[in-house]
Amino acid sequence: MARNSVVSRRWRSEKMDGFDLSPPDEQVHVLAVDDSLVDRKVIERLLKISCCKVTAVDSGIRALQFLGLDEEKSSSVGFDGLKVDLIITDYCMPGMTGYELLKKIKESSTFREIPVVIMSSENVMARIDRCLEEGAEDFIVKPVKLSDVKRLRDYMTAREFRVKNQQVGNNNNNNKRKLRESCDLSSSPPSISFSSSLLSPWPSPPSSLSSPTSPSPCLSPSPSSSSSPSPPILSYSAPCSPTTLDSPTRRLKMSSSD
Amino acid sequence: MDGVVQLQRQLVDYTASLFHEGFLDEQFNQLQQLQDENNPDFVVEVVSLFFEDSERLLNELAKALEQQSVDFKRIDAHVHQLKGSSSSIGAQRVQKACIAFRNYCDEQNTEGCLKCLQQVKHEYSLMKTKLETLFKLQRRVLAAGGSIPKPI
Repeated sequence: MARNSVVSRRWRSEKMDGFDLSPPDEQVHVLAVDDSLVDRKVIERLLKISCCKVTAVDSGIRALQFLGLDEEKSSSVGFDGLKVDLIITDYCMPGMTGYELLKKIKESSTFREIPVVIMSSENVMARIDRCLEEGAEDFIVKPVKLSDVKRLRDYMTAREFRVKNQQVGNNNNNNKRKLRESCDLSSSPPSISFSSSLLSPWPSPPSSLSSPTSPSPCLSPSPSSSSSPSPPILSYSAPCSPTTLDSPTRRLKMSSSD
Repeated sequence: MDGVVQLQRQLVDYTASLFHEGFLDEQFNQLQQLQDENNPDFVVEVVSLFFEDSERLLNELAKALEQQSVDFKRIDAHVHQLKGSSSSIGAQRVQKACIAFRNYCDEQNTEGCLKCLQQVKHEYSLMKTKLETLFKLQRRVLAAGGSIPKPI
């Protein structure tokens, strides 16, 4: 995955084909998709002020191109080096709707783990349900507010923390067992996911979204948004080592055994 | 010193009146919160985009309603867009006018749609004038050495 100009790209922002490439670093990188220029400007600012790196595109097709999922043409610059941490998309767009984009992403083995959030001006229960069923992480009723983005940001921080800890755990495993030297972490299935299907021990309340008066629908069961290392509430399953990570206590032991 | 204070007072009062009269809603406050020293022109920039976008859409709507065979789906799509962008900047009266417009689209009522278009144009025009006045007042405050009070 060698990138020719990663270093030169790193510290300056460019515009390329309508993509805005802000300097990559440890920030959460959000791919925002909206056909409305006004909304793109607003969501971009909302995300940036919440310390996210943003790539804003105007259509589902462009989003797929950016991710490298578009079969028609593959980008010659190879954007897959800029990892996307979250996709936020408008629902109503000409051509490919946000729902269709969501489906395409969830069908992709490479990108299905990326949380997708849908935005819509219409607070329609059937629409919300359909999106959640298809794997959307959250559904935001427009206009998008700072509090909506802050909530997403908190969720991403907590998620990132868990992923990092999982990888630390994996590294420890690999060092000790030496059986999987050839297995690189990126190819092992990411075990952290907040889709309700993996969170079987927890009662998943998608119905918390059903109140139209609620201004901020909760994310799928995210039992803790704290990022301190001590809470035992780590409610995901880990396909890498299913026998050792089936209890929160064990999980904690692993992460502290550096 | 007095000049700045007076100008700021004028600005605060004018802004308040726009909210009071329903021209602007809470979303406009959200936009103002997004403006800071690093992005001092954010609100003006977004609103400018809104003006451009709206004028384009209003033109499209006028053309669409002039057609022999009116394409209500297309009209609805345009109104939907206008409703969306006005909502995103807090242009409440424009947004409400769009909602009424969509109802007539659903009914495929050309006469109703034409009336709504006039109404939307009227509200848009008012909004534009008022926002331009607001921005002018803000510039005067800044020029006098004052700062634009941020919404709570």
